[in-house]
Amino acid sequence: MGRKEENIRKAKELRYKPERRRNIGVVAPIDDGKTTFSDNLLAGAAMISEELAGQQLVLDYDEQEQARGITINAAAASMVHEYEGEEYLINLIDTPGHVDFGGDVTRAMRAVDGAIVVVCAVEGVMPQTETVLRQALRERVKPVLLINKVDRLINELKLDFQQMQERFVKIITEVNKLIKKMAPEEFKDKWLVKPEDGSVAFGSALHNWAISVPYMKKTGITFKDIYEYCKNEDQKTLAKKAPIHEVTLNMVIKHLPNPKEAQRYRIPNIWHGDLDSPIGKAMIECDPKGPLSLMVTKILIDPHAGEITFGRVFSGTLREGQEVYIIGMPKPYRIQQVAVMVGDDRIQVEDIPAGNIAAISGLKDAYAGSTVTSDPNMEPFESIRHISEPVVTVRVEAKRPADLPKLVKVLRDISKADPSIQVEINQETGEYLMSGMGELHLEVTEYRIKNEHKLDIITSEPTVIYRETVRKTSPVFEGKSPNKHNYLYVVVEPLEESVVKALQEGEIPDNVKKYRKEVAKKLEELGMSKEEAKGVFGVKGANLITDVTKGIQHLHEAKELLKQAFEEVCNAGPKAAEPLQGVKVKLVDAKLHEDAIHRGPAQLIPAMRNAIYGAMMLADPILLEPMQKVFISVPHELMGNVTREITQRRGTILDIKQEGDMSIILAKAPVAEMFGFASAIRSATGGRVLWSTENMGFEPLPDFLQDEVTRKVRERKGLKPEPYPAEHYAG
Amino acid sequence: MLSFIGLGLWDEKDITLKGLEEARKCDKLYAEFYTSKMGVSIEKIEEQIGKKIEVLSREEVENGETLLNEAERSHVCLLTGGDPMAATTHIDLRIRAIERGIETRVIHGVSIVSASASLLGLQIYKFGKVVSIARPSENYFPLSPYDAIKDNMKMNLHSLLLLDTTDGYMTANEAMEILLEMERRRREGVLGEDTLIAVVARVSADDAMARAGYMKDMIKEDFGETPHSIIIPGKLHIMEAKALVKIANAPEEILEKI
Repeated sequence: MGRKEENIRKAKELRYKPERRRNIGVVAPIDDGKTTFSDNLLAGAAMISEELAGQQLVLDYDEQEQARGITINAAAASMVHEYEGEEYLINLIDTPGHVDFGGDVTRAMRAVDGAIVVVCAVEGVMPQTETVLRQALRERVKPVLLINKVDRLINELKLDFQQMQERFVKIITEVNKLIKKMAPEEFKDKWLVKPEDGSVAFGSALHNWAISVPYMKKTGITFKDIYEYCKNEDQKTLAKKAPIHEVTLNMVIKHLPNPKEAQRYRIPNIWHGDLDSPIGKAMIECDPKGPLSLMVTKILIDPHAGEITFGRVFSGTLREGQEVYIIGMPKPYRIQQVAVMVGDDRIQVEDIPAGNIAAISGLKDAYAGSTVTSDPNMEPFESIRHISEPVVTVRVEAKRPADLPKLVKVLRDISKADPSIQVEINQETGEYLMSGMGELHLEVTEYRIKNEHKLDIITSEPTVIYRETVRKTSPVFEGKSPNKHNYLYVVVEPLEESVVKALQEGEIPDNVKKYRKEVAKKLEELGMSKEEAKGVFGVKGANLITDVTKGIQHLHEAKELLKQAFEEVCNAGPKAAEPLQGVKVKLVDAKLHEDAIHRGPAQLIPAMRNAIYGAMMLADPILLEPMQKVFISVPHELMGNVTREITQRRGTILDIKQEGDMSIILAKAPVAEMFGFASAIRSATGGRVLWSTENMGFEPLPDFLQDEVTRKVRERKGLKPEPYPAEHYAG
Repeated sequence: MLSFIGLGLWDEKDITLKGLEEARKCDKLYAEFYTSKMGVSIEKIEEQIGKKIEVLSREEVENGETLLNEAERSHVCLLTGGDPMAATTHIDLRIRAIERGIETRVIHGVSIVSASASLLGLQIYKFGKVVSIARPSENYFPLSPYDAIKDNMKMNLHSLLLLDTTDGYMTANEAMEILLEMERRRREGVLGEDTLIAVVARVSADDAMARAGYMKDMIKEDFGETPHSIIIPGKLHIMEAKALVKIANAPEEILEKI
């Protein structure tokens, strides 16, 4: 039996022993050698051959990921590692580092309990490091640190031994500062990483070695030795003496929690049902004998096997042939096959007990975030929070009109596999619109449609998604129902900054009706008046609606309809039919018809929509535009070219740092102006540039552009060029 | 001038003589059937009046601009089922007409509000609040009818239930399912299998139907073509109970409970 087969056999056995299992992710900004590192772990565990590691990029699943040299999907693998005489099964999920693919990172974090944070020794802690670390900590995923590309400090930056150590200290301090800032209260101190206890490793993923303080003690290797090996270009020996998989997997086993430990504190964070119920207890205990609960974290459309659903089993045991429910779907589903992953192999097994990551076929209607369970009445898991929202859109059409039905299906599959891709049809123009996190994200998706789905499509130039908000408080505005028997009185005003932030950070549950008291308390803490906080009956995006009326008969029965109208308005505002952000809607009075039919959906939804639209038009409505942080690393002498390129794009330089002979520029610029930046910056610097971007939310579009952009967006959507004035909504 | 003319309940012969004359002499005839449909085709009614009728959608009536503009210049009639103002739907149109200085007139027709009582032999003095039963949708399952029925019962009053007409006419059977669902949600013991229910169907038609019995039996019965209406009797007077037995085939045992 080969080592690989042997390991597969062990992996199958170990899935029953939770204390001997770790579910981990590797998180890092783009270009920090994360995938190379993951592959070396697999090679070390003999899941792929050692010579190929570093070249094969098993976890770079997609053909085009390999072509672009970045990881797009979070693929999964599992491996066996021996530590202090015991064998462990490590489920590994690789995650993309490019901010355009942030959605995948967030979802992957739900499946794992611990994360190896990879930081490049040369570049140090990057803003994306903060983003990915925040995603991990929010899901209560414990971090350990790998400082990668240490050899380049020595061989390229020519740092001396002292400087190298200073660099390490600086990185560790910065990472700990972030952990302290973002970790849940009870873990702020416990989760700090420390070289002395082995929760920090130093190494080179490319050259396949790493070292930690405990490993140095065990083997007698010192930092000095490392420095010498690198300097003498003998990293091969180093890789033999201190193989990266050995050192980092030891670190994982020692410092990252097993599923049993982790679920105890993670479940209350991701599930808001009754913890004393049978399913609640089973999840807290990670009990394979309890009722089944699983959360879907990824869907992969396999050309041969069809739709594969990945998810974390939190309780019970998933079995082939079992009947399960997807919460929100009426009928049960039969599990066809269950498998564990090894590289791109799915190894079929009969069952997968609690605490494991499973690949499943037969769950046709699941999507990332679905709750799968044996109990149809189970409270679903909290929805997975996406830190960034789509900001760029292209129009998509099939090259051959006859392919339209296929286009519809492909777009549906694509957005199912990657929920950060949103697809919608423009009702006015009948066009298909595909939105994503950035230009690159959409280019990659387009490539997939053409090459994997074999569908010829034409896409438009990208356009950005704006937001609509208001700058002042409106007067009371009256919205009438079409039958004129119902009157709704509404005031619209800017939502408190603190509340906007809390909504964006996901600190307020989606279901405000169910968690009424908690929501009211939280909103009051954030600075809303007691009356308004108590009346909140709907939130959508970073907007909310509150009822401050008193004693109006039949209003309670109409609330859901008013909420529905509010949600519709949040998706498309009055100015340019763009989503709202930071808008507070207050219902201040209502006159309703006595009879339920005369105040039904056909009457109250238009009445409420008109009331909000009209009030918004009187509250100084404006457009916000998406902004990006831009990080650029370039030789000194080319700095001028770079700053010119940025300022031409309405960008502002926030900070410039010197590192050796490189300048590190931090800037911000509107996404709308950043299209085509990749080739522009390459030609401005002759290719001698490293750069990346990160979405940073929305800011007001400059006043001089408001009218022009409004008109453009409206025309693109097939609307009349000017927004309607408030009187239009009074009718 | 704008005249609202009630067509009554079933066919082309339910319009009053006064309504017929008004319709014949006006300049333009409109009709709406979204509040209540008739049992005969529009052609039959056109034939009776001897004039073309233009049917308006709900949006056109609610918006009202075309109607009002025309009524400023000429004599316009709007035909509706039942009695035009009984369910208040068109009062807004009348008010707006008056505000624009248009002369208005209402010519009444037979309404289900009185006809259902007279068909069943129930006393009009003993009716409480009238309620509509809406067909539930995703975000709308009004339970206020339950409260109204409860209040009526407490005061020993009858409840007339008008059934939803949007998305097809609701049958009495469907309405009874909704009533039972309301009871399941509220559990206050207002409605149940043993609640006495009266159903009228196709009132004013030759085959008009009146039936009374317990919910558990009535829910299974076929009342034929719509429209249907339901009456949930409160405390019955002896004459009312007799009428329900003789006219609507109610179980005789209700007489003993008086």
